[in-house]
Amino acid sequence: MSATPLLELRGIDKSFGPVQVLRDVAFTVHPGEVTALVGDNGAGKSTLVKCISGIYPTDAGEVLFNGEQVHINSPRDAAALGIEVVYQDLALCDNLDIVQNMFLGREKRSGIVLDEPTMEQLAAETLAGLSIRTVTSLRQHVSSLSGGQRQTVAIAKAVLWNSKLVILDEPTAALGVAQTAQVLELVRRLADNGLAVVLISHNMNDVFAVSDRIAALYLGQMVAQVKTTDITHAQVVELITAGRSGGLGLATDPGTGGNGNGPQPADSTSGGHR
Amino acid sequence: MTTTAVRKDGPAAVTPAPTVGSHVRTYLSRVRGGDVGALPAVLGLIVLCTVFAVMRPSSFLSAGNFANLFTQGAAVTLIAMGLVFVLLLGEIDLSAGFASGVCAAVLANVVTVLGYPWWVAVLAAVGTGLVIGTTLGLLVAKIGVPSFVVTLAGFLAFQGIVLMLVKDGTNISVRDEVLVAIANRNLTPTLGWALAALAVVGYGTVQLLRHRNRVARGLITDPIAVVALRIGGLAVILGAAVYVLNLERSRNVLVVSLKGVPIVVPIIAVLLVIWTFVLQRTSYGRHIYAVGGNREAARRAGIGIDRIRISVFVICSSMAAIGGIVAASRANSVDPNTGGSNVLLYAVGAAVIGGTSLFGGKGRVLDAVLGGAVVAVIENGMGLMGYSAGVKYVVTGVVLMLAATVDALSRRRAAATGTR
Repeated sequence: MSATPLLELRGIDKSFGPVQVLRDVAFTVHPGEVTALVGDNGAGKSTLVKCISGIYPTDAGEVLFNGEQVHINSPRDAAALGIEVVYQDLALCDNLDIVQNMFLGREKRSGIVLDEPTMEQLAAETLAGLSIRTVTSLRQHVSSLSGGQRQTVAIAKAVLWNSKLVILDEPTAALGVAQTAQVLELVRRLADNGLAVVLISHNMNDVFAVSDRIAALYLGQMVAQVKTTDITHAQVVELITAGRSGGLGLATDPGTGGNGNGPQPADSTSGGHR
Repeated sequence: MTTTAVRKDGPAAVTPAPTVGSHVRTYLSRVRGGDVGALPAVLGLIVLCTVFAVMRPSSFLSAGNFANLFTQGAAVTLIAMGLVFVLLLGEIDLSAGFASGVCAAVLANVVTVLGYPWWVAVLAAVGTGLVIGTTLGLLVAKIGVPSFVVTLAGFLAFQGIVLMLVKDGTNISVRDEVLVAIANRNLTPTLGWALAALAVVGYGTVQLLRHRNRVARGLITDPIAVVALRIGGLAVILGAAVYVLNLERSRNVLVVSLKGVPIVVPIIAVLLVIWTFVLQRTSYGRHIYAVGGNREAARRAGIGIDRIRISVFVICSSMAAIGGIVAASRANSVDPNTGGSNVLLYAVGAAVIGGTSLFGGKGRVLDAVLGGAVVAVIENGMGLMGYSAGVKYVVTGVVLMLAATVDALSRRRAAATGTR
C-alpha cells in the first residue's frame, strides 16, 4: 500500500445558507482499498461526495490528489483527475444499449462518425477486465437488464476511463441477495485492481464484507476513520447514531467539534492490511 | 443494431454466431416484446394499398396516381422528418405547420414581389425557419416554458404572420421555373435509373464495409445473408418504383410526355440519408437519444442539454421551411392556408404512425417517410373513392389514434417484458 493517500481532504466546510452541512471534515482514501463512508441520513455523505466530484464548491478546506493540491470546480475537473461517481439512480439511458451508455458523452469518433467497433471492443475489454460474466450481449438495451446488471454496467462505465477513484453511492440498496453478492464482489475486484473505492452504504453487512477502512460522518463531522479490522459492528452503529463510541468519535462535549479524524490509529501510515 | 457483440476471447458466455434463422427469431422476439418499430406502418401501408387497389383498381394502381402519391405527401413528410427530432426529446412542435406557411410566404414575397432569383428566396425561407426554430428553442430550453405552450402560441402567431405576409388573403403566385419544378417536374428516366443505382451501390458499399470491419475485429455481426438480403431488398424496391415512375403517364402523349421520377423524391431521399446519418452515426444524434431517454443521465454525462433542445427546434422549423417550399411549388402559389388546416396534424400523425414515440427516446427519420406514405395513401385513396373531406379526416384521425395506441401499448409491453 502506498504511503500517500490518493485523495486527502482537510478541513472541508460546506454550508447551504445558514445550514452548515460539513464541518471541518477530513477524509483520506487510499489506492487499492475500499473505504466505506457511513453515516445516518443527513449526516452529509452525499454532500461530501458532491464536493469531491465537483458538483458543489466547498466553502473552506483543501483537497490533495496524489499528494498535490487540486481545485475541483466542476464534474469535468473531477473526471480529468480520474474521479468517477456511480450515483444511486445509476443515470443510464434505458433506450440506449450497454456500449452506448458506457461511452455516453465521451464517444469515440473517427472524423465526425462514431467509431462503434472500437467502442464495442473497449467495452468488452473493460467488462472482461472486471470478470463480468452476467452480461451476454453488449448491444442489449439497458431497459432489458436486471438491477444487478445495470449496477454492473454503471460501475464498468466508471472504470472505463482509467479512473483512479470510484465513488459508489448505495450500490446495493435496490438489489436482491444474489445480485448484492455479485456487486460486492465487483467492488472488491476494483480495489484489488489498484483503484481507490469509496463505498457509501447503510448496510453494515456490506460494509464489513468488502471495506478496508470505515469513515463515519455524524451531523456533518467526520467522527472516525479507522481500519475495518479495528472496529466492531456495534461500534460503527454507535458512531453513526451518537457520534462516539468508547474512545472513538467526538469528545464528550459535541460543541467543541471533532478534529475530523478522531483518534489517530486510522492514520495512513499505520501499516498494511489484509 | 441487433448484433450480439462478444469478442471471441470475450468474457461473456460465448454466443454462437448468429445465423439467418436466429436473426429472424431475435427479430420476432423483439416484436413480441413490444419493440414493433416500423412494422405497423408497413403493415398498414400494405393493407391500405390492397384495399384501395381492390376497390379502385384502374385509378389507384395507375402510374400517374403512384407519382401523385409522392407529390401529395412530400410537404407533410418533410415536416414530419423535422418533427421526429422534436418528438425524440419528448417535446412537441405544434407550430411546424404554420412555420412552413410563414417560410413559404417569405419565399413567395422574395421571388415574386421583390423579384430576386430563386436561390435567394430559398435561402430566405430556410433562414426564416432557422430564426423561428431558434426562438422556439430558446423559449423552451432557456426560459423553461413547456414546448406545448410555446408552439401553440407560435401556431396562432404564425397564422397571423402568414396573413400579413400575403396581404390579408390574396394569394401570391410562384412562377419561377426552378421553384415550380420542385414538385411539378420529373427527372429524365435515365437520370432516375442512375440515381437509383447510385443509391443501391452506395448503401451496399457502406453495409459491406461495415460487415468486413466488424468481422476483421472479431465482433459478432449479422450473417452476410441478412446483409445481402437488405441490399437486395432496397434494390428491388427502388427498381420497381423507378420502373413504374418511368412509365408514360400522360393522357395524351402527343400533347405532352409525362414520365420519370418526381424531383421531390430525390430531395426527400437525400434529406432522409443526411438526417439518418446525423441521428445514427454522429455523437450529436446519440446525444439526442440520450436526452430523450434520460435527461438527468445525459446531463451527468456532460451533454449540453440546452444546446440539444434548442437545436432540435431549429432542425424542425428548418425542415418545415423546406416543406413549405415544396408546398408552395406544388400549389404554384402561397395563400393564407399554406401550411394550415391539417398539415401539422398530418405531419405529427406521419411521425407517430411511422413508429416514433410521443414519449421521447425512440424514433427514426425513416419513420416520418413511412408514416407520410400512409397518410398520403389514405388521403389519395379516399379521394379516389369519392369520400368527402369529412370522411378523410375521420379515417386519418382513427389511424393516428391507432398509431398512438400501438405506441402506448408497445411501451407497456416493453415495460412488462423488459425489452424495448
